Amino acid sequence: MLASIAALPFLGFLLLSLAGRRLPRIAIAWIGAGSVSLAAILTVLYGIHFLQSSPDSGVDRWLLWQWFTAGNLSVSVSLSVDALSLVFIFIITFVGALIHIYSTGYMRQDRDYARFFACMNLFVGAMLVLVMADNLVLLYLGWEGVGMCSYLLIGFWYESPANCQAANKAFLVTRIGDTAMLIGLFLVFSALHTLNIPAILEQAPGHFTKGAPNITLIALLLLAGGMGKSAQLPLQTWLPDAMAGPSPVSALIHAATMVTAGVYLIARMHTLFQLAPAAMMITALVGGVTLFMAGCSAMVQTDIKRILAYSTISQIGYMFLALGLGAWSAAIFHFFTHAFFKALLFLAAGAVIEALHHEQDIFRMGGLKARMPLVFYTFLAGAAALAALPFVSAGFYSKDPILWYAWSSRNGNAFLWGLSLAGAFITAFYCTRLMLVVFGGEMKTRVRELPGKAMTIPLATLAVLSVVAGCIEWPHNLLHLSLFSDLIQKVLPAPVLKEQLPAEGIFQLAAVVVTLLGIYTGYLLYHGEKSILVRWQRSPGKVMTRNFLLGGWGFDQLYDTLFVQPFLFITRVNKTDVVDRVYEGLAQVNVKFNRLLSTTQNGSLRWYIAGVLIGILFIITLQLVL
Amino acid sequence: MMLPGMIMTLLIGGLLSWMAARWNAVLSKWIALLAVGADLSLAGYWWFHFRDAASSGSSWFIDFQTGWIPSFGIGFHVAMDGLGLVLLLLTFFLGILAVLCSWQEIKERTGFFYFNLLWTLAGISGVFVAMDLFLFYFFWEVMLVPMFFLISIWGDARRRYAAYKFFIFTQAGGLLMLLAILALYFIHGRQTGTYTFDYFSLLHTSLASSVSRWILSGFLIAFAIKLPAVPFHSWLPDAHSEAPTAGSLLLAGLLLKTGAYGIIRFVLPLFPRESAAIAWWAILAGVIAIVYGALLAFAQTDLKRLIAYTSVSHMGFVLLGIFSFSEIAMQGAVMQILTHGISTGALFVMAGMLKERLHTRDIEQMGGLWTSMPVMGGAALLFTMASLGLPMLGNFIAEFLILLGTFSASVPLAVIASFGLVLSALYSLRMVRKVFLGPADLPLKDLSVRELLILAAMSIGIIALGLYPQPVIDMVRTTVRQLVTR
Amino acid sequence: MMHSFNAHTVLVVAALLFVLGLTGVLTRKNIIFMLISVEVMLNAAGLAFVAAGAQWHQPDGQVMFLFILAMAAAEISVGLALVLQIYHQHKTMDVEDLEELRDRPNEN
Repeated sequence: MLASIAALPFLGFLLLSLAGRRLPRIAIAWIGAGSVSLAAILTVLYGIHFLQSSPDSGVDRWLLWQWFTAGNLSVSVSLSVDALSLVFIFIITFVGALIHIYSTGYMRQDRDYARFFACMNLFVGAMLVLVMADNLVLLYLGWEGVGMCSYLLIGFWYESPANCQAANKAFLVTRIGDTAMLIGLFLVFSALHTLNIPAILEQAPGHFTKGAPNITLIALLLLAGGMGKSAQLPLQTWLPDAMAGPSPVSALIHAATMVTAGVYLIARMHTLFQLAPAAMMITALVGGVTLFMAGCSAMVQTDIKRILAYSTISQIGYMFLALGLGAWSAAIFHFFTHAFFKALLFLAAGAVIEALHHEQDIFRMGGLKARMPLVFYTFLAGAAALAALPFVSAGFYSKDPILWYAWSSRNGNAFLWGLSLAGAFITAFYCTRLMLVVFGGEMKTRVRELPGKAMTIPLATLAVLSVVAGCIEWPHNLLHLSLFSDLIQKVLPAPVLKEQLPAEGIFQLAAVVVTLLGIYTGYLLYHGEKSILVRWQRSPGKVMTRNFLLGGWGFDQLYDTLFVQPFLFITRVNKTDVVDRVYEGLAQVNVKFNRLLSTTQNGSLRWYIAGVLIGILFIITLQLVL
Repeated sequence: MMLPGMIMTLLIGGLLSWMAARWNAVLSKWIALLAVGADLSLAGYWWFHFRDAASSGSSWFIDFQTGWIPSFGIGFHVAMDGLGLVLLLLTFFLGILAVLCSWQEIKERTGFFYFNLLWTLAGISGVFVAMDLFLFYFFWEVMLVPMFFLISIWGDARRRYAAYKFFIFTQAGGLLMLLAILALYFIHGRQTGTYTFDYFSLLHTSLASSVSRWILSGFLIAFAIKLPAVPFHSWLPDAHSEAPTAGSLLLAGLLLKTGAYGIIRFVLPLFPRESAAIAWWAILAGVIAIVYGALLAFAQTDLKRLIAYTSVSHMGFVLLGIFSFSEIAMQGAVMQILTHGISTGALFVMAGMLKERLHTRDIEQMGGLWTSMPVMGGAALLFTMASLGLPMLGNFIAEFLILLGTFSASVPLAVIASFGLVLSALYSLRMVRKVFLGPADLPLKDLSVRELLILAAMSIGIIALGLYPQPVIDMVRTTVRQLVTR
Repeated sequence: MMHSFNAHTVLVVAALLFVLGLTGVLTRKNIIFMLISVEVMLNAAGLAFVAAGAQWHQPDGQVMFLFILAMAAAEISVGLALVLQIYHQHKTMDVEDLEELRDRPNEN
């Protein structure tokens, strides 16, 4: 059953990629969406079975075949599922299925219908392998596999050079992280002589001393892998550009699943991170700084998908923060709710974009509330969850614990808490801005057509989940309901708190107040007192700040001057290969000598005879002298 | 008798197809196909026949010996172990594809073309089984001369230049190797009183380290030129880009591998101490090749030249794997030999197909080809992904094993080599983008059945090696273990 | 009438003859004269052989002279035939103008 969950999307991929162009569109839709939906159903069945009669170890293993064995390295293709994997599998298949269904409507007019679903299916399959992998090599297979699918789907509309550029950038930037992670793998192997995840987790505490440089380095390298995939500072630059892909792709890959692979990796290897407190601290800092910086950038974007992209980076920053704080289950829970509401936001944004003739600038939208009520309400549910509106949204339940742990956990401090609180304010602000600008005011672009059933049903489902999915886990001072963390804590340890903490309620209140303040500010600027904005637009300092944030804090320019230009310069200068020039020079010298000697062959008979004579005389002299 | 028979099949097949072309060019193609096909099935038969022997740890499956020029101690000694079998299988697999992919491309002097093709293959397969150093040298030359003709007659515009360059480089290395072989021959003869070129006898020569260093460098330079290692690589881009498709396929897929094979078979066993002493430098050379080749590949605008430089980069991994002296890395090196042969071979085949359609190799003039030829685009993407080391495909296994093994030899060099993976992504993606992506304006015919067959065979090969490489690893395990534990 | 034979004197004469011939070959422009000079050189060599044979009372010297004679005859016939051909083709006998064998690096 485990294997068939992962095999179904692969099967879909094979069918679609080999025969896709000969199949009718309806068959493509059924295969593409069907395989993932079937996998989702199987996952639900399997999940029920797993929860009811979970095996003693809490892990379900399935050996498919021995992949390769060389020397003392033995790697198998085997799947294993525990509670952590199960959460991810559920999100991947379930949200994946909804997005596939949505795509049957969204992509219905695209020429490369089959290619789209083939890539999407391959992505789901690879992502499932990633989270089911029993060893790090197989995990790496899934890891690179999703990267490739992301590349293919960002560049799905390959005829525009900008899309291809974005696809290349995404692949390359993540590849840098991937390579760091690979080096981490090698270090793990040279220390422990195994790449099997359970074995690593079991042997690591005995092998490494806590805080030793080698384990810290390993943890940091794994973190670098996660930073690449999850678009965290300083490898975040690819994600905003990745929005060049179709909206369902952004929803599935660049919001719900793939970009959270880094979170999965760190959670999966939590034992290694716990042995390296410095790496944990850096993880938390990376998360904290990322969530703040990306949030700031999200505030000023004008492209609806780029706003969401930056908000994704920011929300994953929260997850990394939680991971770094040791609040493992909080991080996974935020991933869980985030998958719903962020997928919803992207799908709804896609519906808006399609209805407005592929218009993505929010300032040319507006007034859509009346024209597209369903999209409006679903978008509202998603935005509320993103802003973590208290009690009525899933985001609140998952973000609140992170804010609390940012202070209260052993790693927590005022700086991290401040960052996360500022992030909460910023998030609430840009959510309000987004809602008001897109759906409020007057209509600026005419709506072409409304989304069909294939698109609205997934939207509605996700909207409901975005509202209620958080209720399975309540802040423990309010209601003692912790279904999710009970499940996760079978695999991951519970957070360690400081002693003598102030009451949790104070922090919750602060978070709620800040959120509401953010919403109010947004309301004020974009609905109430619009004159403030107009005034700001005349101040050069503010405009400069805005442009700086709009460009994502200038990282692209920085990398361009630091890495891209020097690299291009080196390759351009050495295009004809300096080594070849050396050989060419050798050949030239030979030719020169040839010219020199061939001048003696002048065709004059007497010159030749003189030569012979001199030669004879020379030999005779030699004979006489010696 | 089967090993000489295998080589004779190719030699006679080549002559027959040359003669047959006088009457009928098609007949000549079929004869060539049949000859290589016969050898492929023979190698396939051996594969299944000796699989159990390989897993039970026996090293030499077939050993055939007869006198050739007894007065000089030259014997016709051919033998096959797991490594040889794997390489023979690759040789005939790529050989049959080389015959197929020149089916339409070669229109002039067809018979002579297939004669040269088959004789090159015969030379290569001879190199992989010769266990007499003189015989090895003989086959080394046999594969060189017909290849020279392949490039200089059926090549592109600058074919004469490329062919001469190829010939001079390889011949210079070959002569150094001949000197080294002769030195070994005389030293061994003086020590034991029996003058022989036999590999197994020469293995027991005891050499003073000052002498053996010179002999080692003779062998090593010859093989490094073939491999090719930086700075001996500059014949390769010219030869690869000017050669006809089948020529590029054989060059990239097989001829380069003879260099790697030579190091594994001769340098390491004959000079275990000295090669351990130079290991660090050899690994460094490998790392330089990886990085330097990748940088050059990124800058190229000629498609075949670009792929040629990626070969330099990939073969750097082989050097890395061999000189790490760990079983894992050595297995990786063997895997890399196989997978690079298939993946780069496939890229060259596709470059050839594009050239047939567009009559140019300049990637600046391509672009958007996916629209009109999605099947080829898919295949190209697959092999590009293979070449940048995507898991699921064979090259990943090879590079993973090599890097993992190198980590025990030198951590800093292994780290730099790992970043070669980023560089490989850079040039690979640039290639795909320039050729297949972008706005479409060229209406071209997608793959024909014959072309589809070629690419499908290679795709299946590379995927199979990526998902289940264990049979290959088992097949060469004994040989690899002997090398590492020596 | 036997005078006492002095090989030394004869050899000096032969050497003189040889140098004369050589000078002729080197200085003459006309190819016919060069050929004649070569004949002189051959005869000088023959004279040296005869002198040596007389000195040692051996027949070999005269045998060698006959041999040289035959060779010179063959050589002059072939040489003259070549000269004739050259004259036909180039209408000149001057070696300065006959540079057909010069290496012309820019022409290949």
